[in-house]
Amino acid sequence: MAKEEPIVMEGSIVEQLPNAMFRVELENGHQILAHISGKMRMHFIRILPGDKVSVEMSPYDLKRGRIIYREK
Amino acid sequence: MIRLKSEREIGILRKSNELLARMHDLLEQYIEPGITTFELDRIAEDFVMRHQAIPAFKGYQGFPATLCTSINEQVVHGIPSKDVFLREGDIISIDSGVIFEGYYSDAARTHMVGVVSEETRRLCQVTEQSLWKAIAQCYPGNRIGDIGWAVESHAMEAGYQVVRDYVGHGIGRHLHELPNVPNYGPPGKGTELMEGLVLAIEPMVNRGTSEVEILEDGWTVVTADGSQSAHYEHSVAITSNGPLVLSESVSHPGFMTKQ
Repeated sequence: MAKEEPIVMEGSIVEQLPNAMFRVELENGHQILAHISGKMRMHFIRILPGDKVSVEMSPYDLKRGRIIYREK
Repeated sequence: MIRLKSEREIGILRKSNELLARMHDLLEQYIEPGITTFELDRIAEDFVMRHQAIPAFKGYQGFPATLCTSINEQVVHGIPSKDVFLREGDIISIDSGVIFEGYYSDAARTHMVGVVSEETRRLCQVTEQSLWKAIAQCYPGNRIGDIGWAVESHAMEAGYQVVRDYVGHGIGRHLHELPNVPNYGPPGKGTELMEGLVLAIEPMVNRGTSEVEILEDGWTVVTADGSQSAHYEHSVAITSNGPLVLSESVSHPGFMTKQ
């Protein structure tokens, strides 16, 4: 059986936690724990509470994610 | 990567698909022997532009027109032309898409020109039925294979074959997104369907072989044995309550072919 594909959802930052971790509320209401992606770190993209972001999540653990995009 | 759409995004997708549905409804009134596919394309393009939207197909990977007009043994991607006109007894599948506020819609219908043979009508009917059977599988928790199996089993029961070389697809901010949605099974396998998933389901059913070829124009896909092929497509959003047919016809929702 093939490995399941990651899924991407949109949400907004609820709070900023230590170690570049964030609590994100997805558009479906669920809250997850997400970290900032390496690419965004590399380009020094800041994320603040209230920002709308895209989060990539594994279907194997829907409570965690990786923030891959921040909307302007 | 599969992108799930929020309610807000599905709202925009509805509008995009609704516009597309109205375009299809408009074109339906022009289907009669004698009209050229070029004229149909022009009418469609006019309509889309007047409503502040952009044709999704024109310029996509170099495709030269707004519509794909595929007659009889042509399966998909037929190019509209001034030299091609409809004749009594033909079937023409018209496939198109629209970009509205950045979101894509994609839908297709097969029209019967004038009076067609009973065999031809049955092909169209079965193909459209297979689309609706596939849509009925669109509940969270089901799998992509359930959709494909619905199409395949229904078509084969009627003695037809499904095209395996071309598939349906996710849709949203891009015309073609993951996951792929084949028109064959096996059921119970494939990506899990989730709320927020938006799929373009497009059964392509042939009277004869499932094999297809591409013509010298580099686009038009035809059945390898010259048998007729029908094609229907809807863009469907998966909600917690089940499928939401975004591109449903406005003037006559539900089945388009006489049942």
